[in-house]
Amino acid sequence: MDFTFTQDQLLFQASVRDFLIAEVTPARIRAAWETADGRDPALWQQLAELGLAGLCVPEEYGGLGMGELDFVLLAQECGYVALPEPLVHTAMVAAPLLRRVGGYLAATWLPRIAAGEAKVVVGLEQNLLVEDAHVADLLLLQRGEAWYALAPEQVALRHNASVDPSRRLYAVDMKMGSDPFCSGTAAAALTAAALDRGALGCAAQALGLAQRMVDMAVAYSRDRQQFGKPIGSFQAVKHLMANVAVRLEYARAPVHRAAYSLAHDEPGAMRAVSHAKLLACEAANLAAKHSIQVHGAMGYTWEVDLHIFMKKAWALANTWGDTAFHKARIADYIFADGAALGAGATFN
Amino acid sequence: MDLAYTVKQQAFRAEIRQWLAANVPASPLQSFDTAEGFAQHRQWEARLNEGRWGMVTWPVEYGGRGCDLVDWLIFEEEYYRARAPLRVNQNGIFLLGPTLMEYGSAEQKARILPKMACGEEVWAQGWSEPNAGSDMAAIRARADLRGDRYVINGQKIWSTRAVWADWLFGMFRTDPDSTRHHGLTFILLPLNTPGITVRPIPQLDGLPGFAEVFFDEVEVAEENRLGDEGAGWQVAMATAGFERGLMLRSPARFQETARRLVELYRANRAAAERDPAVKDAVIRAYLDAESYCLATYQTACRLGQGGRIGAESSTNKIFWSELDQNMHATAMSILGARAELLPHAPDAAGVGTWLDGWLFSQSGPIYAGTNEIQRNIIAERMLGMPR
Repeated sequence: MDFTFTQDQLLFQASVRDFLIAEVTPARIRAAWETADGRDPALWQQLAELGLAGLCVPEEYGGLGMGELDFVLLAQECGYVALPEPLVHTAMVAAPLLRRVGGYLAATWLPRIAAGEAKVVVGLEQNLLVEDAHVADLLLLQRGEAWYALAPEQVALRHNASVDPSRRLYAVDMKMGSDPFCSGTAAAALTAAALDRGALGCAAQALGLAQRMVDMAVAYSRDRQQFGKPIGSFQAVKHLMANVAVRLEYARAPVHRAAYSLAHDEPGAMRAVSHAKLLACEAANLAAKHSIQVHGAMGYTWEVDLHIFMKKAWALANTWGDTAFHKARIADYIFADGAALGAGATFN
Repeated sequence: MDLAYTVKQQAFRAEIRQWLAANVPASPLQSFDTAEGFAQHRQWEARLNEGRWGMVTWPVEYGGRGCDLVDWLIFEEEYYRARAPLRVNQNGIFLLGPTLMEYGSAEQKARILPKMACGEEVWAQGWSEPNAGSDMAAIRARADLRGDRYVINGQKIWSTRAVWADWLFGMFRTDPDSTRHHGLTFILLPLNTPGITVRPIPQLDGLPGFAEVFFDEVEVAEENRLGDEGAGWQVAMATAGFERGLMLRSPARFQETARRLVELYRANRAAAERDPAVKDAVIRAYLDAESYCLATYQTACRLGQGGRIGAESSTNKIFWSELDQNMHATAMSILGARAELLPHAPDAAGVGTWLDGWLFSQSGPIYAGTNEIQRNIIAERMLGMPR
């Protein structure tokens, strides 16, 4: 039993954190809002050069050959800066999916992902819309019990604006004549794998988002003076943030457990992912609620950066499986006959 | 990261499971807040100690097995699974024990720990005073060193287990000119020392689970001081806050409550589903109990590798005490009109021990530092908000 990350994993996380905080500033995020596609090719290139896009691409395809457990800490850092680029999507969902599919698709696209030359996005029916379909070089699209691999010219996109200006969402229509690369039971397994990885990505980002909002609200509470002292010295304000810290503290381990479960194909992985997503997104939503309160009217403005993080947290909570979906998966397990519950059941 | 138990850990689990199956009393003991129940629980401690299960994390020379924190979690899981009796000496083994390990002299450890481990000496705690509750640094009870003896005068209150316990540990003001957390000293004393009066205080369930303790010219040998004179605050606070918290309320306890709550929901499904909030509360109970377990394992593993823990340990107390309250509140909702019935009431079929648990859960956010004090600690020391 060793529920810790290795020194290498933690050092990698720290270096990626430093890079992201320096490069992905709120100003850069706002600048991207003003561009046509909302994306920043120079930033994507930088991320690829660090090996991040190809982190979960096998070494024979030019990647770093790592897995969910290595990426989960980095996804937290992507959340901390509210990274608009589809890095978590590409590295944590698309690359593992292509690895599973294997064959021609993997051989063609995994090296291009690793080289930073291609963005691959995944569209599930469950998700209503597809994130970043407009910048995808390849779309892996699930429709019923069939999966399609589609080039940009094979689809028609309809943009849907999100509350989070960084999120670009599209309804995708396939043009006639596309054949699925996978169908039936294999397709269902692929759908489940994609959903769980997407949900884990959301959960990990939610941890980072929550931490960022706490940090911002705490900093604001030290600066802002009322009644002749910093508002952070009032217990009513302190306790708002302490409540977030408590929920966040206990959301982390479930996310790490879920990453481990997926990486090791544990039978309870689905449950671990739903647990992680529910707890992490709940913590992020609480962080948003209390951080805007601590910021007062400033928090309700477009100018203050808090909303960059708040809006992403709100969006992630109900995508890649909404709250009802993930709660239902937990309920299906715990209320069934023979569920392993109680002391000693967690790791057995 | 490797979330599988080692062969050694599995063998340890099997060993404790087997021993508990053979030794846990078939019918539950009476409450340890009754004279008879206290004696029964003291006997149980002796039995545990015979199997060398009294305190597995202690070194072998004091009756333990030198286990690490993960072994401790495994032990607790089996202990709660087997519905073994609650630990009457928890103030001693979980709170004073770790402090003694760090600050006690060799002589003190040899004198105190083995008798603590076998339940021969059951400990009460003496922190709070009538005017020093959340503001613990306002302690006024005096201990004046005269020759080689401390002479103690004053009053303690809310001393858990003091009614039938043998010894008390607590903090006393040894420097009369000192204020706040300076000038306090950590002292251990037998409760049968002349000059001590223990006045039981009935708790919410009517039983005297705690007491007021009055000290009138009580003499205690200087060798019963733990740590340096005037260092009482540091001794009480510095010692492995997380380890003590973990031992006092390890996750297994709450996971078992969550499991029983799921069972209660399933057994009363039609009634429970009339309130749509109940199902959600049961799901949350399961998730939070699991989260507490996962986070505790993660921290235990990190500490096992030499990691340190800071103010984030204050989140622990809030998390489990609120979880415990929520779970019992949900059980009360499911039981509906039966929820208020005492277990021996003639029409109380199926109420189990939920009412007792509900009453006890009211104390969680209050004892061991109120949750409001914990929130201040989190805000100031963990998040860095201004005082």
